[in-house]
Amino acid sequence: MKIKQISIFLENKKGRLWKALDTLAAYDINIRALSLADTSEFGILRLIVPEPEKAQEILIKNNFVVKIKEVVAVELSDHPGDLASVLKVLNDSDINLEYLYAFVHEKKDKAILLLRTDNLDQLINVLEKAGISLVPEEEVYHL
Amino acid sequence: MLIILISKIIGRMITRSPCKEFDSMIWNEKAECMSRDEIEELQLNRLQDVVQRAFDHVPYYNQKFTALGLSPEDIQSLDDINKFPFTTKDDLREVYPFGMFAVPRKEIIEVHTSSGTTGKPVVSGYTKKDLELWSEVMARGLTMMDVNEDDIIQNTHGYGLFTGGFGVHYGAQKIGATVIPISTGQTRRQIEIMKDFQTTIMIFTPSYGLYLAEVAHEEGLTTEDTSLKAIGFGAEMWTSQMRKEIERRFGVKAQNIYGLTEIIGPGVAVECQEQRGLHVFEDHFYPEIIDPNSTQVLGADETGELVLTTLTREGMPIIRFRTKDITTLRYGRCGCGRSLVKMDRITGRSDDMLKVRGVAVFPSQIEKALLKIEGVQPHYQIIVNRPHLMDELEVRVETSPEIFSDEVKEMVGIKNKIEDYIQNEIGLKVKVNLVEPKSIPRSEGKAVRVIDNRELH
Repeated sequence: MKIKQISIFLENKKGRLWKALDTLAAYDINIRALSLADTSEFGILRLIVPEPEKAQEILIKNNFVVKIKEVVAVELSDHPGDLASVLKVLNDSDINLEYLYAFVHEKKDKAILLLRTDNLDQLINVLEKAGISLVPEEEVYHL
Repeated sequence: MLIILISKIIGRMITRSPCKEFDSMIWNEKAECMSRDEIEELQLNRLQDVVQRAFDHVPYYNQKFTALGLSPEDIQSLDDINKFPFTTKDDLREVYPFGMFAVPRKEIIEVHTSSGTTGKPVVSGYTKKDLELWSEVMARGLTMMDVNEDDIIQNTHGYGLFTGGFGVHYGAQKIGATVIPISTGQTRRQIEIMKDFQTTIMIFTPSYGLYLAEVAHEEGLTTEDTSLKAIGFGAEMWTSQMRKEIERRFGVKAQNIYGLTEIIGPGVAVECQEQRGLHVFEDHFYPEIIDPNSTQVLGADETGELVLTTLTREGMPIIRFRTKDITTLRYGRCGCGRSLVKMDRITGRSDDMLKVRGVAVFPSQIEKALLKIEGVQPHYQIIVNRPHLMDELEVRVETSPEIFSDEVKEMVGIKNKIEDYIQNEIGLKVKVNLVEPKSIPRSEGKAVRVIDNRELH
Protein backbone atom coordinates (compact mmCIF):
# COMPACT_ATOMS: atom_id res chain seq x y z
CA MET A 1 0.00 0.00 0.00
CA LYS A 2 2.98 2.26 0.44
CA ILE A 3 4.26 3.97 -2.66
CA LYS A 4 7.89 4.89 -3.11
CA GLN A 5 8.38 8.48 -4.06
CA ILE A 6 11.73 10.08 -4.87
CA SER A 7 12.50 13.47 -3.35
CA ILE A 8 15.21 15.63 -4.90
CA PHE A 9 16.88 18.71 -3.47
CA LEU A 10 16.99 21.60 -5.91
CA GLU A 11 18.66 24.94 -5.56
CA ASN A 12 16.30 27.74 -6.41
CA LYS A 13 18.26 28.58 -9.52
CA LYS A 14 17.41 28.77 -13.19
CA GLY A 15 17.65 25.45 -15.00
CA ARG A 16 17.85 23.12 -11.99
CA LEU A 17 14.39 21.58 -12.40
CA TRP A 18 15.04 21.10 -16.07
CA LYS A 19 18.41 19.46 -15.32
CA ALA A 20 16.82 16.93 -12.94
CA LEU A 21 14.03 16.04 -15.34
CA ASP A 22 16.37 15.96 -18.31
CA THR A 23 18.66 13.52 -16.49
CA LEU A 24 15.73 11.15 -15.98
CA ALA A 25 14.56 11.60 -19.57
CA ALA A 26 18.00 10.61 -20.82
CA TYR A 27 17.46 7.22 -19.15
CA ASP A 28 13.91 6.85 -20.47
CA ILE A 29 12.34 7.24 -17.08
CA ASN A 30 8.77 8.35 -17.34
CA ILE A 31 7.30 10.54 -14.64
CA ARG A 32 3.86 9.54 -13.36
CA ALA A 33 3.27 12.34 -10.90
CA LEU A 34 5.17 15.40 -9.80
CA SER A 35 5.03 17.99 -7.09
CA LEU A 36 7.39 20.83 -6.24
CA ALA A 37 7.68 22.44 -2.85
CA ASP A 38 9.66 25.63 -2.97
CA THR A 39 10.98 28.37 -0.74
CA SER A 40 12.82 31.48 -1.83
CA GLU A 41 16.13 29.62 -1.50
CA PHE A 42 15.56 25.99 -2.40
CA GLY A 43 13.01 23.54 -3.69
CA ILE A 44 12.10 19.91 -3.09
CA LEU A 45 10.99 17.99 -6.15
CA ARG A 46 8.83 14.93 -5.48
CA LEU A 47 8.30 12.37 -8.20
CA ILE A 48 6.48 9.11 -8.72
CA VAL A 49 8.29 6.96 -11.29
CA PRO A 50 7.96 3.26 -12.26
CA GLU A 51 11.42 2.31 -10.94
CA PRO A 52 12.23 4.63 -8.04
CA GLU A 53 15.50 2.88 -7.03
CA LYS A 54 16.86 3.10 -10.53
CA ALA A 55 15.88 6.77 -10.80
CA GLN A 56 17.54 7.48 -7.46
CA GLU A 57 20.77 5.83 -8.57
CA ILE A 58 20.86 7.82 -11.80
CA LEU A 59 20.23 11.11 -10.04
CA ILE A 60 22.85 10.48 -7.35
CA LYS A 61 25.37 9.68 -10.09
CA ASN A 62 24.56 13.10 -11.51
CA ASN A 63 25.28 14.85 -8.19
CA PHE A 64 21.73 15.29 -6.96
CA VAL A 65 20.78 14.71 -3.35
CA VAL A 66 17.93 12.21 -3.46
CA LYS A 67 15.86 10.35 -0.89
CA ILE A 68 13.19 7.74 -1.27
CA LYS A 69 10.15 8.46 0.86
CA GLU A 70 6.94 6.48 1.13
CA VAL A 71 3.53 7.94 0.51
CA VAL A 72 0.00 6.57 0.38
CA ALA A 73 -2.24 6.86 -2.70
CA VAL A 74 -5.97 7.29 -2.42
CA GLU A 75 -8.46 7.07 -5.26
CA LEU A 76 -11.17 9.68 -5.50
CA SER A 77 -13.97 10.13 -7.93
CA ASP A 78 -13.24 13.32 -9.81
CA HIS A 79 -16.07 15.26 -8.12
CA PRO A 80 -16.32 18.42 -6.06
CA GLY A 81 -16.07 17.73 -2.31
CA ASP A 82 -14.31 14.39 -2.52
CA LEU A 83 -10.92 15.70 -1.47
CA ALA A 84 -12.48 17.62 1.38
CA SER A 85 -14.19 14.48 2.65
CA VAL A 86 -10.87 12.62 2.82
CA LEU A 87 -9.31 15.51 4.69
CA LYS A 88 -12.21 15.52 7.12
CA VAL A 89 -11.47 11.89 7.97
CA LEU A 90 -7.85 12.78 8.71
CA ASN A 91 -8.85 15.81 10.70
CA ASP A 92 -11.32 13.80 12.79
CA SER A 93 -8.58 11.26 13.54
CA ASP A 94 -6.12 13.96 14.48
CA ILE A 95 -3.68 13.12 11.70
CA ASN A 96 -1.33 15.84 10.64
CA LEU A 97 -0.33 15.78 6.98
CA GLU A 98 3.19 16.66 6.02
CA TYR A 99 2.17 17.24 2.44
CA LEU A 100 -0.13 16.01 -0.29
CA TYR A 101 -0.53 16.34 -4.00
CA ALA A 102 -3.10 15.14 -6.47
CA PHE A 103 -3.43 14.36 -10.13
CA VAL A 104 -6.11 13.08 -12.47
CA HIS A 105 -6.09 9.48 -13.65
CA GLU A 106 -6.88 9.86 -17.32
CA LYS A 107 -7.98 6.29 -18.10
CA LYS A 108 -10.40 5.84 -15.25
CA ASP A 109 -11.69 9.37 -14.91
CA LYS A 110 -10.57 9.28 -11.30
CA ALA A 111 -8.36 11.52 -9.20
CA ILE A 112 -5.37 10.14 -7.30
CA LEU A 113 -4.33 11.74 -4.07
CA LEU A 114 -0.83 11.17 -2.65
CA LEU A 115 -0.45 11.68 1.08
CA ARG A 116 2.51 11.81 3.44
CA THR A 117 2.44 11.74 7.24
CA ASP A 118 5.10 10.72 9.71
CA ASN A 119 3.17 7.56 10.59
CA LEU A 120 1.99 5.91 7.40
CA ASP A 121 0.66 2.73 9.05
CA GLN A 122 -1.70 4.78 11.18
CA LEU A 123 -2.77 6.72 8.09
CA ILE A 124 -3.53 3.52 6.14
CA ASN A 125 -5.49 2.20 9.08
CA VAL A 126 -7.65 5.29 9.38
CA LEU A 127 -8.30 5.50 5.65
CA GLU A 128 -9.28 1.83 5.42
CA LYS A 129 -11.64 2.13 8.36
CA ALA A 130 -13.33 5.08 6.71
CA GLY A 131 -13.82 2.99 3.58
CA ILE A 132 -11.60 5.09 1.40
CA SER A 133 -10.00 3.04 -1.35
CA LEU A 134 -6.23 2.93 -1.47
CA VAL A 135 -4.41 2.44 -4.74
CA PRO A 136 -1.81 -0.36 -4.83
CA GLU A 137 1.74 0.67 -5.74
CA GLU A 138 1.90 -1.25 -9.01
CA GLU A 139 -1.10 0.64 -10.29
CA VAL A 140 0.38 3.99 -9.32
CA TYR A 141 3.77 3.27 -10.90
CA HIS A 142 2.11 2.32 -14.17
CA LEU A 143 -0.68 4.82 -14.46
CA MET B 1 42.99 88.37 25.78
CA LEU B 2 45.81 90.33 24.22
CA ILE B 3 48.24 88.92 26.74
CA ILE B 4 47.18 85.39 25.94
CA LEU B 5 47.58 86.08 22.26
CA ILE B 6 51.03 87.51 22.72
CA SER B 7 52.14 84.64 24.89
CA LYS B 8 50.84 82.24 22.26
CA ILE B 9 52.85 83.99 19.57
CA ILE B 10 55.95 83.99 21.72
CA GLY B 11 55.33 80.33 22.53
CA ARG B 12 55.26 79.56 18.86
CA MET B 13 58.41 81.51 18.18
CA ILE B 14 60.26 79.59 20.82
CA THR B 15 59.19 76.17 19.52
CA ARG B 16 59.59 77.19 15.92
CA SER B 17 60.43 74.21 13.74
CA PRO B 18 60.43 73.49 10.00
CA CYS B 19 56.73 72.79 10.34
CA LYS B 20 55.95 76.42 10.72
CA GLU B 21 56.54 76.96 7.04
CA PHE B 22 53.26 75.15 6.63
CA ASP B 23 49.89 76.36 7.62
CA SER B 24 48.56 73.34 9.47
CA MET B 25 47.83 72.36 13.03
CA ILE B 26 50.34 69.97 14.58
CA TRP B 27 49.91 68.49 18.06
CA ASN B 28 53.54 67.67 18.79
CA GLU B 29 55.84 69.53 16.42
CA LYS B 30 58.97 68.21 18.06
CA ALA B 31 57.97 64.62 17.48
CA GLU B 32 56.19 64.98 14.19
CA CYS B 33 58.66 67.17 12.31
CA MET B 34 62.04 65.70 13.23
CA SER B 35 64.71 65.24 10.61
CA ARG B 36 65.29 61.67 9.40
CA ASP B 37 68.56 61.51 11.34
CA GLU B 38 66.87 62.59 14.55
CA ILE B 39 64.06 60.06 14.12
CA GLU B 40 66.46 57.24 13.41
CA GLU B 41 68.62 58.05 16.40
CA LEU B 42 65.57 58.10 18.64
CA GLN B 43 64.27 54.88 17.11
CA LEU B 44 67.58 53.09 17.66
CA ASN B 45 67.72 54.10 21.32
CA ARG B 46 64.14 53.04 21.86
CA LEU B 47 64.57 49.81 19.90
CA GLN B 48 67.53 48.80 22.06
CA ASP B 49 65.46 49.60 25.10
CA VAL B 50 62.36 47.68 24.06
CA VAL B 51 64.32 44.58 23.00
CA GLN B 52 66.06 44.65 26.35
CA ARG B 53 62.76 44.97 28.22
CA ALA B 54 61.16 42.18 26.19
CA PHE B 55 64.18 39.97 26.80
CA ASP B 56 64.28 40.69 30.53
CA HIS B 57 60.58 40.60 31.38
CA VAL B 58 58.67 38.52 28.82
CA PRO B 59 59.53 34.79 29.07
CA TYR B 60 58.16 34.23 25.55
CA TYR B 61 60.74 36.61 24.05
CA ASN B 62 63.50 35.48 26.36
CA GLN B 63 63.13 31.87 25.22
CA LYS B 64 62.70 32.77 21.58
CA PHE B 65 65.73 35.07 21.43
CA THR B 66 67.88 32.69 23.47
CA ALA B 67 66.99 29.77 21.21
CA LEU B 68 68.21 31.79 18.24
CA GLY B 69 71.38 32.85 20.03
CA LEU B 70 70.25 36.47 20.13
CA SER B 71 70.66 39.01 22.88
CA PRO B 72 69.63 42.67 23.15
CA GLU B 73 73.23 43.69 22.45
CA ASP B 74 72.77 42.45 18.89
CA ILE B 75 70.89 45.66 18.11
CA GLN B 76 73.65 48.04 17.07
CA SER B 77 71.82 49.71 14.22
CA LEU B 78 68.19 49.88 13.11
CA ASP B 79 68.88 47.27 10.43
CA ASP B 80 69.86 44.79 13.12
CA ILE B 81 66.16 44.31 13.86
CA ASN B 82 66.34 42.02 10.84
CA LYS B 83 68.07 39.38 12.94
CA PHE B 84 65.12 39.15 15.29
CA PRO B 85 62.14 36.83 14.75
CA PHE B 86 58.63 37.92 13.90
CA THR B 87 55.70 37.79 16.31
CA THR B 88 52.42 36.49 14.91
CA LYS B 89 48.85 36.65 16.14
CA ASP B 90 49.09 32.93 16.92
CA ASP B 91 52.14 33.54 19.11
CA LEU B 92 50.13 36.11 21.06
CA ARG B 93 47.20 33.72 21.40
CA GLU B 94 49.39 30.98 22.78
CA VAL B 95 50.30 33.05 25.81
CA TYR B 96 46.66 34.02 26.46
CA PRO B 97 45.66 35.83 28.56
CA PHE B 98 48.53 37.75 30.19
CA GLY B 99 51.66 35.98 28.94
CA MET B 100 53.00 38.93 26.96
CA PHE B 101 52.89 41.41 29.83
CA ALA B 102 56.28 42.86 30.70
CA VAL B 103 55.20 44.35 34.00
CA PRO B 104 53.50 42.87 37.10
CA ARG B 105 49.76 42.50 36.45
CA LYS B 106 48.88 45.11 39.07
CA GLU B 107 50.60 47.77 36.95
CA ILE B 108 48.22 47.02 34.09
CA ILE B 109 45.30 49.39 34.53
CA GLU B 110 43.27 48.52 31.44
CA VAL B 111 42.89 45.61 29.02
CA HIS B 112 41.40 45.30 25.57
CA THR B 113 41.09 42.33 23.25
CA SER B 114 41.20 41.85 19.50
CA SER B 115 37.93 41.46 17.60
CA GLY B 116 36.74 38.20 16.15
CA THR B 117 36.27 35.07 18.17
CA THR B 118 38.70 32.61 16.58
CA GLY B 119 39.72 30.57 19.57
CA LYS B 120 41.19 32.86 22.17
CA PRO B 121 41.45 36.59 21.52
CA VAL B 122 44.66 38.57 21.90
CA VAL B 123 44.74 40.53 25.13
CA SER B 124 46.45 43.91 25.15
CA GLY B 125 47.46 45.29 28.55
CA TYR B 126 48.05 49.00 29.20
CA THR B 127 49.97 50.62 32.03
CA LYS B 128 49.20 54.18 33.03
CA LYS B 129 52.04 55.32 30.76
CA ASP B 130 50.68 53.24 27.88
CA LEU B 131 47.34 55.01 28.17
CA GLU B 132 49.21 58.31 28.08
CA LEU B 133 51.00 57.13 24.96
CA TRP B 134 47.69 56.11 23.40
CA SER B 135 46.18 59.52 24.26
CA GLU B 136 49.23 61.24 22.76
CA VAL B 137 49.18 59.45 19.41
CA MET B 138 45.41 59.82 19.05
CA ALA B 139 45.67 63.51 19.99
CA ARG B 140 48.20 63.88 17.17
CA GLY B 141 45.85 62.09 14.79
CA LEU B 142 42.77 64.09 15.74
CA THR B 143 44.78 67.31 15.44
CA MET B 144 45.39 66.32 11.81
CA MET B 145 41.61 66.67 11.46
CA ASP B 146 41.95 70.12 13.00
CA VAL B 147 40.32 69.01 16.25
CA ASN B 148 40.81 71.43 19.15
CA GLU B 149 39.21 72.12 22.51
CA ASP B 150 36.21 73.83 20.88
CA ASP B 151 35.17 70.68 19.07
CA ILE B 152 32.40 68.20 19.82
CA ILE B 153 33.32 64.67 18.81
CA GLN B 154 30.62 62.10 18.20
CA ASN B 155 32.42 58.81 18.64
CA THR B 156 30.40 55.99 17.05
CA HIS B 157 33.17 53.42 17.58
CA GLY B 158 32.15 50.81 20.13
CA TYR B 159 33.24 51.22 23.73
CA GLY B 160 34.22 47.94 25.33
CA LEU B 161 36.90 45.36 24.71
CA PHE B 162 37.24 46.76 21.18
CA THR B 163 39.97 49.42 21.13
CA GLY B 164 38.18 51.75 18.70
CA GLY B 165 35.96 53.62 21.12
CA PHE B 166 38.50 54.20 23.89
CA GLY B 167 41.39 55.15 21.59
CA VAL B 168 39.44 58.02 20.06
CA HIS B 169 38.07 58.94 23.47
CA TYR B 170 41.50 59.26 25.11
CA GLY B 171 42.90 61.31 22.23
CA ALA B 172 39.95 63.69 22.25
CA GLN B 173 40.17 64.18 26.01
CA LYS B 174 43.88 64.84 25.77
CA ILE B 175 43.09 67.65 23.37
CA GLY B 176 40.26 68.83 25.59
CA ALA B 177 37.50 68.45 23.05
CA THR B 178 34.00 67.39 24.14
CA VAL B 179 33.38 63.69 23.56
CA ILE B 180 29.97 62.15 22.95
CA PRO B 181 30.66 58.47 23.73
CA ILE B 182 27.60 57.23 21.85
CA SER B 183 29.08 53.97 20.41
CA THR B 184 27.70 52.22 17.34
CA GLY B 185 24.00 51.74 16.66
CA GLN B 186 20.85 53.68 17.52
CA THR B 187 21.23 55.33 14.15
CA ARG B 188 18.25 57.70 14.44
CA ARG B 189 19.47 58.82 17.83
CA GLN B 190 22.91 59.45 16.31
CA ILE B 191 21.36 61.78 13.76
CA GLU B 192 19.28 63.60 16.34
CA ILE B 193 22.38 64.16 18.50
CA MET B 194 24.44 65.27 15.51
CA LYS B 195 21.89 67.98 14.96
CA ASP B 196 20.97 68.89 18.55
CA PHE B 197 24.52 68.90 19.95
CA GLN B 198 25.93 70.44 16.76
CA THR B 199 28.62 67.78 16.48
CA THR B 200 31.72 69.04 14.68
CA ILE B 201 33.66 65.80 14.30
CA MET B 202 32.22 62.38 13.43
CA ILE B 203 34.15 59.17 14.02
CA PHE B 204 32.90 56.03 12.32
CA THR B 205 33.74 52.96 10.22
CA PRO B 206 33.28 53.75 6.52
CA SER B 207 30.37 51.36 6.13
CA TYR B 208 28.58 52.69 9.20
CA GLY B 209 29.25 56.24 8.01
CA LEU B 210 27.59 55.54 4.70
CA TYR B 211 24.66 53.95 6.46
CA LEU B 212 24.35 56.94 8.77
CA ALA B 213 24.35 59.26 5.74
CA GLU B 214 21.58 57.25 4.18
CA VAL B 215 19.38 57.38 7.27
CA ALA B 216 20.17 61.09 7.74
CA HIS B 217 18.96 61.67 4.21
CA GLU B 218 15.72 59.77 4.92
CA GLU B 219 15.22 61.89 8.03
CA GLY B 220 15.59 65.01 5.91
CA LEU B 221 18.83 66.13 7.55
CA THR B 222 20.98 68.30 5.28
CA THR B 223 24.53 69.61 5.70
CA GLU B 224 23.01 72.99 6.63
CA ASP B 225 21.47 71.47 9.75
CA THR B 226 24.83 70.28 11.05
CA SER B 227 28.12 71.93 12.04
CA LEU B 228 30.45 69.21 10.85
CA LYS B 229 34.07 70.09 10.31
CA ALA B 230 35.78 66.77 9.67
CA ILE B 231 35.39 63.01 9.81
CA GLY B 232 37.75 60.37 11.14
CA PHE B 233 37.15 56.85 9.90
CA GLY B 234 38.83 53.51 10.39
CA ALA B 235 38.66 49.84 11.45
CA GLU B 236 37.72 48.63 7.98
CA MET B 237 39.09 48.43 4.46
CA TRP B 238 37.95 51.21 2.19
CA THR B 239 38.37 52.60 -1.30
CA SER B 240 38.82 56.13 -2.55
CA GLN B 241 35.31 55.92 -4.02
CA MET B 242 33.95 55.20 -0.54
CA ARG B 243 35.82 58.16 0.87
CA LYS B 244 34.53 60.41 -1.91
CA GLU B 245 30.98 59.27 -1.22
CA ILE B 246 31.36 59.92 2.53
CA GLU B 247 32.79 63.38 1.86
CA ARG B 248 30.07 64.19 -0.64
CA ARG B 249 27.32 63.14 1.71
CA PHE B 250 28.64 64.91 4.80
CA GLY B 251 30.22 67.83 2.98
CA VAL B 252 33.53 67.66 4.88
CA LYS B 253 36.93 66.00 4.60
CA ALA B 254 37.26 62.41 5.82
CA GLN B 255 40.61 61.15 7.13
CA ASN B 256 41.68 57.60 7.82
CA ILE B 257 42.79 56.29 11.22
CA TYR B 258 44.80 53.06 11.36
CA GLY B 259 45.70 50.86 14.27
CA LEU B 260 45.44 47.40 15.74
CA THR B 261 44.83 46.02 19.19
CA GLU B 262 48.05 44.00 19.26
CA ILE B 263 50.07 47.21 18.93
CA ILE B 264 47.87 49.71 20.82
CA GLY B 265 44.57 50.23 18.98
CA PRO B 266 43.69 53.16 16.71
CA GLY B 267 46.49 55.70 16.54
CA VAL B 268 49.36 53.76 14.96
CA ALA B 269 49.01 55.96 11.87
CA VAL B 270 46.61 58.73 10.82
CA GLU B 271 46.04 60.62 7.61
CA CYS B 272 46.78 64.33 7.44
CA GLN B 273 44.77 66.84 5.41
CA GLU B 274 46.81 66.05 2.31
CA GLN B 275 44.94 62.72 2.27
CA ARG B 276 47.82 60.97 0.55
CA GLY B 277 48.78 58.32 3.03
CA LEU B 278 48.81 57.92 6.80
CA HIS B 279 51.63 59.28 8.96
CA VAL B 280 53.00 56.47 11.11
CA PHE B 281 53.90 57.69 14.60
CA GLU B 282 57.28 56.09 14.12
CA ASP B 283 58.83 57.51 17.27
CA HIS B 284 56.57 54.98 19.04
CA PHE B 285 55.87 52.30 16.41
CA TYR B 286 58.69 51.15 14.17
CA PRO B 287 57.38 50.10 10.73
CA GLU B 288 58.93 47.67 8.25
CA ILE B 289 57.60 46.22 5.02
CA ILE B 290 58.31 42.58 4.21
CA ASP B 291 57.58 40.22 1.38
CA PRO B 292 54.88 38.07 3.02
CA ASN B 293 56.16 34.91 1.31
CA SER B 294 59.93 35.15 1.68
CA THR B 295 59.72 37.46 4.77
CA GLN B 296 62.59 39.49 3.23
CA VAL B 297 62.55 43.13 4.25
CA LEU B 298 61.55 45.41 1.38
CA GLY B 299 62.62 48.99 0.80
CA ALA B 300 60.72 52.26 0.71
CA ASP B 301 58.08 52.53 -2.03
CA GLU B 302 57.84 48.74 -2.24
CA THR B 303 54.54 47.05 -1.47
CA GLY B 304 54.34 44.26 1.07
CA GLU B 305 53.16 43.29 4.54
CA LEU B 306 53.45 45.83 7.33
CA VAL B 307 55.47 44.71 10.37
CA LEU B 308 55.38 46.81 13.54
CA THR B 309 57.49 47.00 16.68
CA THR B 310 56.28 48.96 19.68
CA LEU B 311 59.17 51.18 20.75
CA THR B 312 57.76 52.62 23.94
CA ARG B 313 54.97 50.41 25.25
CA GLU B 314 55.57 49.30 28.81
CA GLY B 315 52.78 46.83 29.49
CA MET B 316 53.10 44.78 26.36
CA PRO B 317 56.16 45.33 24.17
CA ILE B 318 55.77 43.62 20.80
CA ILE B 319 58.74 42.93 18.55
CA ARG B 320 58.14 42.70 14.78
CA PHE B 321 54.43 41.97 14.73
CA ARG B 322 53.17 40.69 11.39
CA THR B 323 50.03 42.75 10.78
CA LYS B 324 49.12 40.86 7.55
CA ASP B 325 48.05 44.24 6.18
CA ILE B 326 49.42 45.10 2.75
CA THR B 327 50.76 48.60 2.25
CA THR B 328 53.76 50.70 1.14
CA LEU B 329 55.97 53.10 3.12
CA ARG B 330 56.83 56.47 1.62
CA TYR B 331 59.50 58.73 3.10
CA GLY B 332 60.05 62.45 2.64
CA ARG B 333 58.58 65.59 4.12
CA CYS B 334 54.84 65.84 3.57
CA GLY B 335 52.98 68.87 2.29
CA CYS B 336 51.53 69.21 5.80
CA GLY B 337 55.01 69.76 7.23
CA ARG B 338 55.37 66.44 9.02
CA SER B 339 58.40 64.30 8.39
CA LEU B 340 56.87 61.09 9.75
CA VAL B 341 56.87 58.28 7.18
CA LYS B 342 53.58 57.73 5.38
CA MET B 343 51.92 54.42 4.67
CA ASP B 344 49.43 53.92 1.85
CA ARG B 345 45.83 53.00 2.48
CA ILE B 346 45.64 49.25 3.27
CA THR B 347 44.94 47.54 -0.02
CA GLY B 348 44.73 43.93 1.07
CA ARG B 349 45.70 41.16 3.43
CA SER B 350 48.44 38.58 3.22
CA ASP B 351 46.16 36.02 4.88
CA ASP B 352 42.54 35.09 4.22
CA MET B 353 41.04 37.29 6.91
CA LEU B 354 37.97 39.27 5.95
CA LYS B 355 36.66 42.29 7.75
CA VAL B 356 32.90 42.26 7.78
CA ARG B 357 31.19 45.15 9.52
CA GLY B 358 34.49 45.80 11.29
CA VAL B 359 34.73 42.25 12.65
CA ALA B 360 37.59 39.94 11.66
CA VAL B 361 36.34 36.74 10.04
CA PHE B 362 38.49 33.80 8.95
CA PRO B 363 37.13 31.13 6.59
CA SER B 364 38.50 28.53 9.01
CA GLN B 365 35.98 29.70 11.60
CA ILE B 366 33.10 28.95 9.24
CA GLU B 367 34.58 25.53 8.56
CA LYS B 368 34.89 24.87 12.27
CA ALA B 369 31.22 25.75 12.81
CA LEU B 370 30.08 23.49 9.97
CA LEU B 371 32.09 20.53 11.27
CA LYS B 372 30.25 20.78 14.58
CA ILE B 373 26.94 19.91 12.91
CA GLU B 374 26.39 16.25 12.21
CA GLY B 375 25.97 15.41 8.55
CA VAL B 376 27.11 18.80 7.28
CA GLN B 377 30.02 18.65 4.86
CA PRO B 378 32.64 21.39 5.04
CA HIS B 379 31.96 22.31 1.42
CA TYR B 380 31.15 25.96 1.62
CA GLN B 381 31.67 29.32 0.04
CA ILE B 382 31.62 32.71 1.71
CA ILE B 383 30.15 35.60 -0.20
CA VAL B 384 30.45 39.14 1.10
CA ASN B 385 28.18 41.75 -0.39
CA ARG B 386 27.45 45.36 0.35
CA PRO B 387 24.06 45.70 -1.27
CA HIS B 388 22.95 48.68 0.69
CA LEU B 389 26.00 50.20 2.36
CA MET B 390 26.11 47.55 5.07
CA ASP B 391 28.12 44.36 4.67
CA GLU B 392 26.20 41.14 4.34
CA LEU B 393 27.69 37.73 4.80
CA GLU B 394 26.26 34.80 2.90
CA VAL B 395 27.52 31.27 3.33
CA ARG B 396 26.68 28.67 0.70
CA VAL B 397 26.75 25.16 2.09
CA GLU B 398 26.46 22.05 -0.02
CA THR B 399 23.57 19.79 0.93
CA SER B 400 24.42 16.18 1.75
CA PRO B 401 22.15 13.10 1.86
CA GLU B 402 22.57 13.15 5.66
CA ILE B 403 20.93 16.53 6.11
CA PHE B 404 18.46 16.33 3.26
CA SER B 405 14.85 15.82 4.22
CA ASP B 406 11.94 15.96 1.84
CA GLU B 407 10.10 18.28 4.18
CA VAL B 408 10.48 22.03 3.83
CA LYS B 409 10.25 22.69 7.57
CA GLU B 410 13.09 20.26 8.30
CA MET B 411 15.29 21.87 5.68
CA VAL B 412 14.57 25.36 7.00
CA GLY B 413 15.41 24.00 10.46
CA ILE B 414 18.81 22.75 9.25
CA LYS B 415 19.49 26.06 7.54
CA ASN B 416 18.67 27.98 10.73
CA LYS B 417 20.84 25.63 12.77
CA ILE B 418 23.83 26.23 10.49
CA GLU B 419 23.24 29.98 10.70
CA ASP B 420 23.20 29.81 14.51
CA TYR B 421 26.40 27.76 14.69
CA ILE B 422 28.24 30.15 12.40
CA GLN B 423 26.97 33.19 14.26
CA ASN B 424 28.20 31.63 17.49
CA GLU B 425 31.64 31.15 16.01
CA ILE B 426 32.17 34.52 14.35
CA GLY B 427 29.81 36.81 16.24
CA LEU B 428 28.04 38.04 13.12
CA LYS B 429 24.66 37.28 11.63
CA VAL B 430 24.93 35.31 8.40
CA LYS B 431 22.56 34.09 5.76
CA VAL B 432 23.02 30.43 4.86
CA ASN B 433 22.02 29.14 1.47
CA LEU B 434 21.85 25.40 0.93
CA VAL B 435 23.14 24.45 -2.49
CA GLU B 436 23.39 21.22 -4.48
CA PRO B 437 26.36 18.90 -3.96
CA LYS B 438 29.47 19.71 -6.01
CA SER B 439 27.95 23.01 -7.10
CA ILE B 440 30.63 25.09 -5.36
CA PRO B 441 33.40 25.65 -7.89
CA ARG B 442 36.62 23.83 -7.15
CA SER B 443 39.94 24.76 -8.58
CA GLU B 444 42.61 22.06 -8.51
CA GLY B 445 40.57 20.15 -5.98
CA LYS B 446 40.46 23.09 -3.61
CA ALA B 447 37.27 25.08 -3.29
CA VAL B 448 37.21 28.81 -3.93
CA ARG B 449 36.30 29.83 -0.41
CA VAL B 450 35.66 33.54 -0.54
CA ILE B 451 33.94 35.80 -3.01
CA ASP B 452 34.19 39.40 -1.89
CA ASN B 453 31.90 41.54 -4.00
CA ARG B 454 32.60 44.75 -2.11
CA GLU B 455 35.46 45.82 -4.41
CA LEU B 456 37.65 47.01 -1.58
CA HIS B 457 40.98 46.54 -3.28
